[in-house]
Amino acid sequence: MCAAFDEMNGTGDGVRMPYQAVAEWLGTQKLDDLKQKLVEAEALFRRTGITFAVYGSQEAAERLIPFDIIPRILSAAEWRRLRSGIEQRVRALNAFMYDIYHCQEIIKAGRIPEELVISNSAFVPEMIGAEPPLGIYSHIIGIDIVRTSESDFFVLEDNTRTPSGVSYMIENRETMMHMFPDLFARNRVAPVEIYPDYLLKTLESVAPRGLDREPTIAVLTPGLYNSAYFEHSFLADQMGVELVEGHDLVVLDGALQMKTTQGPRQVDVLYRRIDDDFLDPLTFRPDSVLGVPGLFDLYRAGRVTIVNAPGGGIADDKAIYSYIPEIIRFYTGSAPILQNVPTYNCRKADDLAYVLEHLEELVVKEVHGSGGYGMLVGPTASKEEIEAFRNKLNSEPDNYIGQPTLALSTCPTLVETGVAPRHLDLRPFVLFGDQVRLTPGGLTRVALKPGSLVVNSSQGGGTKDTWVLQD
Amino acid sequence: MLGRTANDLFWLARYVERAENMARLIEVGYRIALLPRDGEGYHEEWRSTLASAGCAQGYFDKHEALTTRDVINYLLFDCDNTSSVKSCLSAARRNGRAQRTSLTRDMWESLNGAWLEFGNIKPAEVTADELPRILDWIRSRSALYRGTLLNTILRNDTFYFNQLGTFVERADNTARILDVKYYVLLPEIAMVGGGIDNVQWAAILRSVSAHRSYRWVYKQSYKPWRIAEYLILNHAMPRSLRYCYDEIESALDQLAELYGERFACHETADAAINILEEADIDRIFQSGLHEFIEEFIARNNRLGSEIAEAYHFNA
Repeated sequence: MCAAFDEMNGTGDGVRMPYQAVAEWLGTQKLDDLKQKLVEAEALFRRTGITFAVYGSQEAAERLIPFDIIPRILSAAEWRRLRSGIEQRVRALNAFMYDIYHCQEIIKAGRIPEELVISNSAFVPEMIGAEPPLGIYSHIIGIDIVRTSESDFFVLEDNTRTPSGVSYMIENRETMMHMFPDLFARNRVAPVEIYPDYLLKTLESVAPRGLDREPTIAVLTPGLYNSAYFEHSFLADQMGVELVEGHDLVVLDGALQMKTTQGPRQVDVLYRRIDDDFLDPLTFRPDSVLGVPGLFDLYRAGRVTIVNAPGGGIADDKAIYSYIPEIIRFYTGSAPILQNVPTYNCRKADDLAYVLEHLEELVVKEVHGSGGYGMLVGPTASKEEIEAFRNKLNSEPDNYIGQPTLALSTCPTLVETGVAPRHLDLRPFVLFGDQVRLTPGGLTRVALKPGSLVVNSSQGGGTKDTWVLQD
Repeated sequence: MLGRTANDLFWLARYVERAENMARLIEVGYRIALLPRDGEGYHEEWRSTLASAGCAQGYFDKHEALTTRDVINYLLFDCDNTSSVKSCLSAARRNGRAQRTSLTRDMWESLNGAWLEFGNIKPAEVTADELPRILDWIRSRSALYRGTLLNTILRNDTFYFNQLGTFVERADNTARILDVKYYVLLPEIAMVGGGIDNVQWAAILRSVSAHRSYRWVYKQSYKPWRIAEYLILNHAMPRSLRYCYDEIESALDQLAELYGERFACHETADAAINILEEADIDRIFQSGLHEFIEEFIARNNRLGSEIAEAYHFNA
């Protein structure tokens, strides 16, 4: 793999325009001072309690996501292009979900194989015929985008279920503004603190039809020990709504009620941060204690809005992924603005053969995996890892896809030895209700190990503040 | 507000208060243990410290003998002891984390900071020289939490449930100290007089940080019935039973106003105030100090349960 495109230095022909001021500033900083700032930032995160839990790690029940103080910067023009591509995608994905749970025109038109949808475990038959307000299923989507050159952006994944990380987008900015106010005086950076306000407006706009009062909104968390608990509580706090757990809720008198100090009080919109399976033990997993018995029936009856709607996983399924360009064309009538990564569906014999032959160069992912778990990065994997994956592919080919290993762009990052390039991605958070609301930027995740392409926080990745410059 | 939130806030305040009281009890016990005494007298002091802390049973389940080190360890660091300072700070922080959305940033940071810093203290490093510093630190953290609460929180149900937790816990603590030490305050013993009693009386006042204010109020040397009167009936002493119940009544009245409803807990609190209002210390001694305190503790516990029921703590 040749040297990757660098966000600050391009392909080595000088500092790129958006980074001029930051590069100049960086040049005047002493390494020790920067490291000291990093220590201060981490103390700040720790004191504020901005931590996440890593599953299966006993000793560090609460960890910090490593934070890097060198921002990732996008120009206004770059953002405009991403923005239109994201908006197009969000509308198309929701149109697809509506269609899949109603007439299934896209299948009838032969654009997508029926069994890929119907026998997909992410397809929720209970959702067939349900009518979510405004016909929207995924109101909150986190789109993972990577860059490989000055002009090439690819969408790696559309997270249409319960994407997380938006609290880091906001807290990273808070921390940067607190520590480097000067930098913000020298650059016109679009603010991000509008997000909770956008989120509240979005949630209000999808309240059940015919409500004759202001809707009551609540955030549903699995609880204190969930890896994203900080975010759940952060968002509830920022919106000024209740943070509830399953046992705080009950279905009573044909409505969803939360148990307050003054008795039951009706909830109209539930922003849930638990998976579909756990929502309602009467409809989904009977052993779930995280959800609310009877919630799904209420939802189907239009008495409460669940955000995101159950069944949205069908749109971010990795087996469906390769059909997204087709889905965009089908529902919007125009070509995709953002490209997909070419994908080999191992369920197809030809594709499987190709993947098995090129394991050393491909990235192989589980169809239903996420968080960087269960993934093979061919070029950096050991012989043993590759052979292990070969066996998995042969025994369960339907469960995997393969993609070329992209040369993800890099950005200068503060590491032990100084400032060095590290690979990164970008997850903008888009909201869809009565309109599409998009906060400029998103969460930039950065792989901290040299050469690593895995940016997930569960795999030791860090984050950066993400700037969109204004014209 | 969710019933669960009210429950968490109430107990959060109780745990912070309990950690502070524990620090104070250890301080007093340690002072007495340092005094030159004949025989094994100071062991008895640790026994009553454990009893005042409600930890005697748990301690003797784990330890056969009373040693200064074991007692201090048990009260400061032992996670098997749900009232140890470590357990209290950890539970307070857990509740605070569960209710982040109800706390101000200052309140949360005071809790989280206490928990993080306490985690850095190694039990083995707690030497005689270090102990006073650590106990001071615990009290300052509790004071910081109370301070951030009083200075930053809206006066609504969040505040009232915090207040209830603080003063139900504090009333329990003061009453328990009186319960364990009541015999030192009995008039017959006072007739005997002597140095030991003076030490004991000072210890009681110190364990509620009242040894100096006693003199401001009474302008005379320690008299056991005055000490009892001070800790039970004084309006102005922030750790007296009377003061605690004035605060409890005020928080409950404000909740009733906010929610438009009164419950059994309001009646219980009013009854407790009436009893304290009408009591005078001579009659309390006549009808039995010990019985009076036992009744008070039982009523205080009942009040806690009634508050939980009225506001759907465990709905």
